[in-house]
Amino acid sequence: MSLKYDSIAGLIDAAKENGCKISELVLKQQAEEMEQPEDVLYAQMKSNYAVMAESVKEGQKPGVVSTSGLSGGDAYRMAQAVNKGNTLCGALFGKALVRALAVSEWNAAMGRIVAAPTAGSCGILPAAILTIQEAENLPERDCVMALFTASAIGMVIAKNACVAGAQGGCQAECGSAAAMAAAALVELCGGTPDMVGDAVSITIGNVLGLVCDPVAGLVEIPCIHRNASGVANAFVAAQLAVAGVRSPIPADESILAMKRVGDAMPASLKETAEGGLAATPSGKRLYQQVFGEQEPASCPSGCRGCRR
Amino acid sequence: MNVFDIIGPVMIGPSSSHTAGAARLGLVARSLLDAPAVSAEIQLHGSFAKTYRGHGTDKALVAGILGMKPDDVRLRDSLQIAAQQGLSVAFIPTVIENAHPNTARISLCDAKGNRISIQGASVGGGNILVTKVNGMSVKISGQYTTLIVLHKDAPGTIAAVTEEMSRRGVNICNFRLARASKGGIAIMTIEVDGTLQPDMQERISKLPNVMNCTLLAPM
Repeated sequence: MSLKYDSIAGLIDAAKENGCKISELVLKQQAEEMEQPEDVLYAQMKSNYAVMAESVKEGQKPGVVSTSGLSGGDAYRMAQAVNKGNTLCGALFGKALVRALAVSEWNAAMGRIVAAPTAGSCGILPAAILTIQEAENLPERDCVMALFTASAIGMVIAKNACVAGAQGGCQAECGSAAAMAAAALVELCGGTPDMVGDAVSITIGNVLGLVCDPVAGLVEIPCIHRNASGVANAFVAAQLAVAGVRSPIPADESILAMKRVGDAMPASLKETAEGGLAATPSGKRLYQQVFGEQEPASCPSGCRGCRR
Repeated sequence: MNVFDIIGPVMIGPSSSHTAGAARLGLVARSLLDAPAVSAEIQLHGSFAKTYRGHGTDKALVAGILGMKPDDVRLRDSLQIAAQQGLSVAFIPTVIENAHPNTARISLCDAKGNRISIQGASVGGGNILVTKVNGMSVKISGQYTTLIVLHKDAPGTIAAVTEEMSRRGVNICNFRLARASKGGIAIMTIEVDGTLQPDMQERISKLPNVMNCTLLAPM
């Protein structure tokens, strides 16, 4: 089988030709590529999905705090609001936000998560799929399969642009995760392969230029809230696409645009914690709160390890 | 690249380069020592030196030294576990010239006084590159089954090792040699396709001039 991951158009065409979902082709091709039976790969993906569900559950419990002390408890707060029916956009959307925050906060608290595609953006894909599974009462098999479609989108992006904040900014990290989630949502809602492409393109178009500016260099502020924003973006794009809204720019061109925007971004906005929110007065104050003075000298040799 | 490079790895947060990669560096160091370490000196450079506490890099490195994998939930409590198991740990922020921003130098000592040291970097996405073992230049990514052979720099040693491997139909995909001095200690790092028969490590250990042979499973 000659499925390649060098373009979204290639994935769409292959699915149309074979009259099947993208996920089915991906599972088949990956099994051949990795010289393993399909059910072994499926089982591994299913186990990843179980880790995602576990992290959603753990991350929204009260008392979750990050190692630095900068974050934790937002998923719990959001869950309380949903439980009280205190939501602006209904329970489905509220729960999607809870799940994205939960996984992302669990990650910051040194919990066990699945990088999807990175640890910094690990809340978006689980939030999208687990939320639609619950809302539509979908079989688990469909959800695990949707992860193969999401991976295929991620592989194309990684090949033609990148998925690392240090290389392409947050657009490449949370943006890619959101595009993967949007693709999975479209497939789970019975959308066509063309709709998958539209959803991917709309998602990326919506985050183009988003910078990576972690406060104190930690995967917390604003990463956790950007995961909530990412799952929202995935639902927006998937909803538009399954309603028949087309993206005038094909997904592959959006991905290339994302790469060019990432290349044009200064280093200060690519995970160095030297720009954006990290460089605000409050961002700098939080840095000091976690790491103390810039160049501490409580030890005569200038060693910071002694202060532990 | 495959689907599990995109959806995966399963890991302990918060950062694939600061926790998953750091744990792997610790694991490589641990695997070079025959017995559990009783003391560890860890020098940290660049981003590792600046942010190791907030990112939990210290916990991840120690977890690896204790033999934990990057997805082990005990990773976050590794400093306490180290104390319980009698492993003393020192972290020393430092500057290493021309090193990757996420570099650590790990020196371990076991109860008998055997010492090993490695220098390596966490290069992104949980991937690592070990560049020095006991001061000698190597290049270990941990992505393949890897044999690390410490030996005396003497004629015929490489041939004996590779002959042993070829007899079992093992395909070498990367081979690298470094030596401390002529006729002194040398190190072979050999990456191979697939897995190795369980007794290969022992067979190579018994060859003339070989001092120690370590097998690293792909990470």
